Amino acid sequence: MATIAPDAGFDRDTFHLIEKDAHDHGEAHASPVLLGFWIYLMSDALIFASLFATYGVLSSSFAGGPAPRDIFELELVALNTAILLVSSITYGFGMLAMDKGKVKAVQGWLALTALLGMSFVAIELYEFGVLIGEGATPQRSGFLSAFFTLVGTHGLHVTVGIVWIGIMLVQVGKHGLGVVNKRRLTCLSMFWHFLDVIWIGVFTFVYLMGMLR
Amino acid sequence: MSAATDHDKAHGSEHGHGSKKSYLVGFALSGVLTFIPFWLVMAQPIGNPGLVAILIILFAVAQILVHTVCFLHVNTSGEGGWTLLAYVFTAVLLVITIAGSLWIMVHLNSNMMPGMMSGQASSTP
Repeated sequence: MATIAPDAGFDRDTFHLIEKDAHDHGEAHASPVLLGFWIYLMSDALIFASLFATYGVLSSSFAGGPAPRDIFELELVALNTAILLVSSITYGFGMLAMDKGKVKAVQGWLALTALLGMSFVAIELYEFGVLIGEGATPQRSGFLSAFFTLVGTHGLHVTVGIVWIGIMLVQVGKHGLGVVNKRRLTCLSMFWHFLDVIWIGVFTFVYLMGMLR
Repeated sequence: MSAATDHDKAHGSEHGHGSKKSYLVGFALSGVLTFIPFWLVMAQPIGNPGLVAILIILFAVAQILVHTVCFLHVNTSGEGGWTLLAYVFTAVLLVITIAGSLWIMVHLNSNMMPGMMSGQASSTP
């Protein structure tokens, strides 16, 4: 197999019986890391649950300031939603290329995913900039505090995901598609798709429901 | 909320990353499930906002399930079912957190007497 980075915890103890796949292809599925990472994502979902709950409670506390209808641009949100959805499928194709062991294709799909992610964050920052320019700052009302916290936390996650993609581009370039890198790419895929799922909640509960008020 | 959708597993490389077909199916379904709620809100073909709100929530739930199956590949066999169990458990906590908070705060707001200072102790023993 490929080189193993130091202290990558390649040979972790497994505390369960490893079921061999009928078709053995050096998968990283024997690793307990994937389930562990999934549990982490679920805890992250609970952070978002509390942020959604906070937003729901404060979403009508305008303090005489702007309401969702006054400040949201649904066209931008639709564009961002499309970008994130496309980035989900480009990462998916990257995973399929990983299964086939095509290093160049994996790097290409990863780079494309990162570019889409950057576009998403750029549009979100532009939106925030416009809002702050209009005086709709986080400190204006409870609604805006909750809005910036929820949407900003998601945007921060996407930013971290982009950094992670950058790191994986370097890793795959240096070490190829070994067991460890495959495992990392699998964790990152879960992270990236998870963010898309959270975004479904954001555009529905924050933007679309906001416009219905 | 059981995620026991009848996803026709695209066999061949079903070991956690799905297949090209499952990604494309997920992408197409997500596109439709995104377009319709945006259209419902932007073009306003339905005059009743309450009904539209219920519809877009249903579309969001449907799309989350599509992502779960087609992109996250959560199924009954992955990791011996622990992935699915953790997922369902999280979903339950999520619903309790969000719905419970909203429910409590609605009651708080409706039970506030006009002119009553917040933070004032209630007179009931």
